[in-house]
Amino acid sequence: MDKIFGLLEKYYMVFLSGLWGTLWLSALTVIFGTVLGIIVAMGRMGKSKILKAITDVYIEILRGTPVLLQLYFVWIGLPKLIPFEWTDTQCILIALVINASAYISEIIRAGIGAVDKGQWEAAKSIGLSKVHTMTRVIMPQAIKNILPALCNEFITTVKGTSLASVFFVGELMTSYKTVAAATFLQLPSLTIAGVIYFVVNFVLSRLLRLLERRLTVSD
Amino acid sequence: MTDIILRTENLVKNFGDLQVLRGISTEIRRGEVVSIIGPSGGGKSTFLRCLNLLEEPTEGKVFFNDQDITDKKLNICEYRQKIGMVFQNFNVFPNMTVLENITLAPILEKKVPKEEAEAEAMALLRRVGLEDKANEYPRKLSGGQKQRLAIVRALAMHPEVMLFDEPTSALDPEMVKEVLNVITELTRSGMTILIVTHEMGFAREVSDRVLFICDGVITEEGSPDQIFTSPRHPSTNRFLSMVL
Repeated sequence: MDKIFGLLEKYYMVFLSGLWGTLWLSALTVIFGTVLGIIVAMGRMGKSKILKAITDVYIEILRGTPVLLQLYFVWIGLPKLIPFEWTDTQCILIALVINASAYISEIIRAGIGAVDKGQWEAAKSIGLSKVHTMTRVIMPQAIKNILPALCNEFITTVKGTSLASVFFVGELMTSYKTVAAATFLQLPSLTIAGVIYFVVNFVLSRLLRLLERRLTVSD
Repeated sequence: MTDIILRTENLVKNFGDLQVLRGISTEIRRGEVVSIIGPSGGGKSTFLRCLNLLEEPTEGKVFFNDQDITDKKLNICEYRQKIGMVFQNFNVFPNMTVLENITLAPILEKKVPKEEAEAEAMALLRRVGLEDKANEYPRKLSGGQKQRLAIVRALAMHPEVMLFDEPTSALDPEMVKEVLNVITELTRSGMTILIVTHEMGFAREVSDRVLFICDGVITEEGSPDQIFTSPRHPSTNRFLSMVL
């Protein structure tokens, strides 16, 4: 315990900046991952067979290979594909976003699929346009199916950002590596990082649960 | 002669290898009340659902006021606004209040001002005895109340035809009557109505004409009295002797 407090006293700034890195990396991954996930889900559920096939392959590949491999792949491959001064952080962020989008698109698709078919038919039968059917009838109901699974995905994303430490991108696991290397106090610094992760995810899950309850009030 | 509002020409519908409709040709006159009876799986519901294109016919045509609605150029949403439909499972929108269920489509698709749409919705709710439920969510309603809501939701779009797909089949017995009463009242208003039903007494009482659909074709049609007292086709006879 003494060692932990000693470490905190001396290196709290390192952990704080790591926490900051984890937070913004997670936030950006979640935001862009959701946006991309929605686009992928639309492709998957749309009428075009080609788009459906492409998104199918996209999702299968991303779900069937390790995240770490995907990070390496983008980190090495992206600068070759698009010659540009990519920073490590940019490469890792893009890889994380792509990975998250596959899972999020599946969550969205499943959530929409779980809405009773009769709701689509009723909306059609009163002459609602496709856009209104989606925005007024289907999505408000689907969101209740989507949110719990999306909440899990967000927490997975937060934990997943720890892999960025492999590339020494500034986040919590990287802070642990820094402190551990400087002090040789592996276990105490690991404990600090672990507690911070736990607290972040605990708060996140509680917040999302609150939001979920708000949204389910209507039924 | 009253004019023809709906006409089908050799309507065929396949689901994969299964042929559900094998060529249905019929005419519905404006203001007519037509009951569709027949054994389960015979194609009654599919026929009804082809009329507002919830199912796309595999072959054949549907004409509404002499306009071919299977024409790809037709704005299908606008067409459906003229054809109300009531489902077996109510399909009211659980995420909206009773009032919002009714005003949704008129406000969004017909651009009716909100106050006007709400005033009309309230009038409709009074007509079916649900005015005190206007601000409730559907989960608080009984099956019969949900179905009455579904009926006025469709009526709010001022349809020219109402399609009822087994509107009382999912109801508890004590709620069947309240829904049938609403439909009966509607038949008196001059609305064109097609109703798929297993309520033979009701069909006999309200319809101008009865279609018997079996194995994907209309095997017999006629006045309710003729169908129910002296059916000509053996399949009609067999069916009626089982349900009556």
